[in-house]
Amino acid sequence: MKYKDYYDALGVKRDASDAEIKAAYRKLARKFHPDVSKEKDAEAHFKEIAEAYQTLKDKEKRAAYDQLGQQQPGQDFRPPPDWQQRYGDTHFSFEDIDLADLFAGMHGAGHRRSMRVAGEDYDVPVEITLQQAFHGTDVALNLSIPEFDASGRMRRVPHTVKAHIPKGATTGQRLRVPGKGGKGLNGGRDGDLYLDITLQPHPVFRVSGHDLYMDLPLAPWEAVLGASVEVPTPAGAVRLKVPPGTRAGQQFRLSGKGLPKPHDGAGNLIAMVQIAVPDHASDKEQALYRQLAEAAVFDARKRLREEAGK
Amino acid sequence: MTKGFIEPGWLDQHQQLSLAELAELSGLSEVEIHELTEYGVFVPEDPESRSLVYGAHCITIARTASRLRSDFELDTAGLAVTLTLLDRVRDLEARIRELEALLPGGGTVI
Repeated sequence: MKYKDYYDALGVKRDASDAEIKAAYRKLARKFHPDVSKEKDAEAHFKEIAEAYQTLKDKEKRAAYDQLGQQQPGQDFRPPPDWQQRYGDTHFSFEDIDLADLFAGMHGAGHRRSMRVAGEDYDVPVEITLQQAFHGTDVALNLSIPEFDASGRMRRVPHTVKAHIPKGATTGQRLRVPGKGGKGLNGGRDGDLYLDITLQPHPVFRVSGHDLYMDLPLAPWEAVLGASVEVPTPAGAVRLKVPPGTRAGQQFRLSGKGLPKPHDGAGNLIAMVQIAVPDHASDKEQALYRQLAEAAVFDARKRLREEAGK
Repeated sequence: MTKGFIEPGWLDQHQQLSLAELAELSGLSEVEIHELTEYGVFVPEDPESRSLVYGAHCITIARTASRLRSDFELDTAGLAVTLTLLDRVRDLEARIRELEALLPGGGTVI
């Protein structure tokens, strides 16, 4: 069993009062609670804080924890010889148990033998590609779910849950897999998995809900003269007719060419025009551009001059 | 879908839950859900109906409420304020994502 320093996790002294422990927990919880925090690794950090508080706020658990002595965090250790007789419910090995599970199981085993207890729910982040969101995809989720053994002691058991993410999932969407979370006890329902979907960034398409945005580079002559250009979409390329006189920033809405929506319909693909210029123009191209510059009557900054002083 | 893979359920307004189901899935009591409904945190499908029915998207909010209640020992009024502000933050984040998607190059500064 690996040692965790619960006092250190809350930043309090070992002789801290209950009020000091509660105040320290509240302060840290406000900072790291995953529902309100944007701190990096907030969830992992909050788990440590909550685990420490769950043990230290309970008189009996805190006494049992103190009796373990102070070790180096992460160090393998065994409780003193009489510890299990004094605080443990049953005989078990300390080798493969997490300190959190040890204390979570304390003076609850009796109740668990008779009470209906619902299994725990789990939030599972699932990152998929844009193509996977477009077509739907199968994912195998590797989870470590606590289960109670015959003696009522909690153990973490690796589970693989195979789920099909249907097409229509996009960033921020949640899906529920019923009954695949922690096991319920004494007829309590099994917990659920809540899949929290995130789409990986795509080099071409930017996602907003089910709409997709992309830059559509046009050569200067295509923008001036109009053109029929190939535009990629998640379903494959389509041709778009660009009218003469198209300006940079202009948007073309390709209706229904975005991501499919869960039940029917699809978002739009919005192609935003950029006027692209070559990194290097050949001598011949430069000569032609000079010829164009001399012949053109177009004044690109007319509006700036007229309106800047208003 | 490959055989043996589970099809999860969407948490949206197309799926509906009774008050009892929402309470069981979230860990909130029916009284708390009633109170949060009165604060406007949850909007039932038919507020006039005797048996309240909620869209499945309410599970996400209800589970957040349940966690905040136990982790911060918040009362229903405190929960309602926190959940309303979190909802506004989510809306603003969605709006930022939309605006970033609108920027040429995805907001890359040249």
